[in-house]
Amino acid sequence: MAEYKQLLFEQMIKDFAENEVKPLAQEIDEEERFPIETVEKMGKLGIMGIIVPKQYGGAGGDYNMYIRAVEEISKACGTTGVILSAHMSLCVAPILEFGTEAQKAKYLPDLASGKKIGAFGLTEPNAGTDAGNQQTVAVEKDDHYLLNGNKIFITNAGYADTYVVIAVTGKAAKGPEMSAFIVEKGMEGFSFGKKEKKMGIRGSATCELIFENVKVPKENMLGQRGDGFKIAMKTLDGGRIGIAAQALGIAEGALDETIAYVKSRKQFSKSLSAFQNTQFVIADLATKVAAARALVYIATDAKQKKLPTLSVNAAQAKLFASETAMEVTTKAVQLHGGYGYTREYPIERMMRDAKITEIYEGTSEVQRMVISGALLRK
Amino acid sequence: MNKNIWVFCEQRDGEIQPVALELLGIAKELSEKTNEKVGAILVGHNVKAKANDLVAYGADEVYVVDDEELDNFLTEPYVQAVYKLVSDYKPSILLFGATSIGRDLAPRLSARLRTGLTADCTKLECDEKGNLFMTRPAFGGNLFATIACPDHRPQMSTVRPGVMKKAERDDSRKGEIIDVKIDWDTSKFAVKLIEEVKEVQSVDKIEDAKILVSCGRGVKNVKPAFEVAEKLKGTVSSSRALVDAGVMEHARQVGQTGKTVRPQAYLAFGISGAIQHLAGMEESEFIVAVNTDKSAPIFKVANLGIVSDAAAVMKNLIKML
Amino acid sequence: MKIIVCIKQVPNTTEIKIDPVTNTLKRDGVPSIINPDDKSAIDVAIQLKEKHGAEVTVICMGPPQAENALREALAMGADNAYLLTDRAFAGSDTLATSTIVAAAIKKLGADVVLCGRQAIDGDTAQVGPQIAEHLGIPQITYAAAIDYNEERNSLIVKRQFEDRYQTLEVSGQCLVTVLSTLCKPRYMNVWDIVDQDSKEVGKITFADMDLDAKNIGLAGSPTKVQSTATKQFDKTIETLELDPEAAAKAIIDALSKRHLI
Repeated sequence: MAEYKQLLFEQMIKDFAENEVKPLAQEIDEEERFPIETVEKMGKLGIMGIIVPKQYGGAGGDYNMYIRAVEEISKACGTTGVILSAHMSLCVAPILEFGTEAQKAKYLPDLASGKKIGAFGLTEPNAGTDAGNQQTVAVEKDDHYLLNGNKIFITNAGYADTYVVIAVTGKAAKGPEMSAFIVEKGMEGFSFGKKEKKMGIRGSATCELIFENVKVPKENMLGQRGDGFKIAMKTLDGGRIGIAAQALGIAEGALDETIAYVKSRKQFSKSLSAFQNTQFVIADLATKVAAARALVYIATDAKQKKLPTLSVNAAQAKLFASETAMEVTTKAVQLHGGYGYTREYPIERMMRDAKITEIYEGTSEVQRMVISGALLRK
Repeated sequence: MNKNIWVFCEQRDGEIQPVALELLGIAKELSEKTNEKVGAILVGHNVKAKANDLVAYGADEVYVVDDEELDNFLTEPYVQAVYKLVSDYKPSILLFGATSIGRDLAPRLSARLRTGLTADCTKLECDEKGNLFMTRPAFGGNLFATIACPDHRPQMSTVRPGVMKKAERDDSRKGEIIDVKIDWDTSKFAVKLIEEVKEVQSVDKIEDAKILVSCGRGVKNVKPAFEVAEKLKGTVSSSRALVDAGVMEHARQVGQTGKTVRPQAYLAFGISGAIQHLAGMEESEFIVAVNTDKSAPIFKVANLGIVSDAAAVMKNLIKML
Repeated sequence: MKIIVCIKQVPNTTEIKIDPVTNTLKRDGVPSIINPDDKSAIDVAIQLKEKHGAEVTVICMGPPQAENALREALAMGADNAYLLTDRAFAGSDTLATSTIVAAAIKKLGADVVLCGRQAIDGDTAQVGPQIAEHLGIPQITYAAAIDYNEERNSLIVKRQFEDRYQTLEVSGQCLVTVLSTLCKPRYMNVWDIVDQDSKEVGKITFADMDLDAKNIGLAGSPTKVQSTATKQFDKTIETLELDPEAAAKAIIDALSKRHLI
């Protein structure tokens, strides 16, 4: 029965986040360590393949379950949340959506079971927000494409086995012709550059991808030649919902921590929660979190139902949820006072983790461009 | 008509367990009200010599089944032995220690006798007619229920070890020792013992401890705390200060960034009681605090607060315990 | 091998508190969970299924809302689930409860019956052994490890005592009660959660079983609750200035008054 499906999934993911993800959050942040054991656990429970149909070894769940998973896990640990989001939204989803039967059969079972992790390569040193300015090239030769170039800031890089990579394959009417490829770790000439030292989500691996004459078989082209930009943009629409859910989770986690803190901390012999300033700040934060949650679920619904409003819904969800996460965590640190600034409490980590959600998979400025573009174009 | 108050006297390797003497103590007390005899059940192998001890501790009658089938504890032979005694002699009350043996045996027996059983009692009372009222904790100790078994005999109960007062030994007491032979139904002996291994259990999980001896910044040397804990059958826990200083393991830390504990007694030595610490222990059932600083916040939650030097108090405790 | 796991749905007692003002149990909003020992029993059953092949059936006696606990067991990987529910079962003590559960096991048929050692709401540890007696099968309680020997078709069980353990072997039908420390129970998995759409929880009522009404419910319960009381808080807060010797004595007195030494 559907109601049990929802109920049990909620119970499971909350349990899992609380007991498996939360206890590691501080440690992986301090040590800048990728929580590979958590990824294995998520794989065994079907979380890494929630949206993958059963015929490809997945759990056959829906997009809503996946987004709830990112949200609940991010509540406990932003790092683990983005690992799941990048894997699913940026690798599993485009293969599922644009892959051939053979590609799906080859790649999805291992991705769904968590045996392999997925990642996505679009950003380059000179192609961030200006994603069209790609320098990585793939030249057709015999039965393969020869891939050359660099991708930077790639989430899950190094730990991931399967990469969806965007590269220039020629010239089109308006600028370069781009195509998408499935590139496997271990292909000759594919290596990893330096690992970034980051402000937040420090347990997630963020590295450079280096392609030097990598022979990518033709059957690894994802979609049609020339579909690369379209695939990238559609993939990012989905990815933004994942990041919005991550931001929402971080905000919710910070709010929970803060509510517990202000109830137990006493100053001037009454608990902080008895001060009107505290009460009003908490009320405002909780309201913004609720609004962010509504936007995330609207976007999730649009994705599930393949609605034409998806791009705008996703951009609005990410814009609002990430800015809410930043505001909530900043004010949460303030309410914690000096303790909030120390690593004794999780709240400073949450604030550092929150910042990235305003930047990656399209900065807040890009989201505003997407939203206004859709509204003003007509 | 069922009559008399019986105690299953648990022995291990021929040694009478302390809980058996506690049960004899309460049985004696109850028997004074009902004017009945106290019967002791002693089953095992090479245990008969202990029967006189049970008389000295208050048994008027000791029913002994000494048989090699009872060498190690196994449910079925033990149930057959006790069932035979109870069916033949029909006691009115039958008490077991709430140990891993008593709590295996008693329910099986109660089903065979089709009578009521109340588990893990902490208080037993009765009226003149011999009706037993058994009080036991439930809901994690938040609720106490008093239970009776009005229409069935014997009235059975397992009693929590360490709660009842041990009977006093009196070697001048006289009692009857009754040897009983059992016709074993060995067709029911389906469980085979492969090995039995003794082990010393070290309960170092502070969440599970009944008593916690907790140290804070005011304790310079933590070794005595371990001695106090050992004597109290408790465990040592710590405030954050000593964990940060590397003196204590993190697994022992109580508080917001450590563990939340609810022991039956929490003894805080040299702990000032920062709010983060209090959050982890203020639900303890009984809190004792020892600190030299009269204004330490720990005294606001301590049922017994003592302004004194923690190290010196511990030293005295070790001497007196 | 057919395994039946008997579970109970219980309030999460770690979240039950007493209102110190009214001195009543605060049960509002306390979530219901699968009893922890029982959850380990479910996990062990699924482990045996994975290693040796078995059909795992989970049964639970309780009101209709206990279906949630059975659904959770299915989502952990159990094959079948049955809810034993009937108004006639209400008010059953452990003896009456075990009579009902044993009748259900007889109806369903099992080679191995697994129970949790005890439930966190009642803490009696009685129902398992009583079921075994009603079924006339051997019991092993306090299991800290369970393995199956395929060649000998027997269970090997590590039986925990306070000061020792036994390794026991039993072939043929048996009932084992499991300690929660035996294993860390697995989480539900998304595959089996999604499958809830196609899974049913069976219902077994009084009429479905071979039961005598006088042995169940209030009438079939030898024990009767006379009264209940909530824990009294030790509200005394006193601070004394004592020399170390007097302090040690005060501590010992206080602890022995509470039967702690």
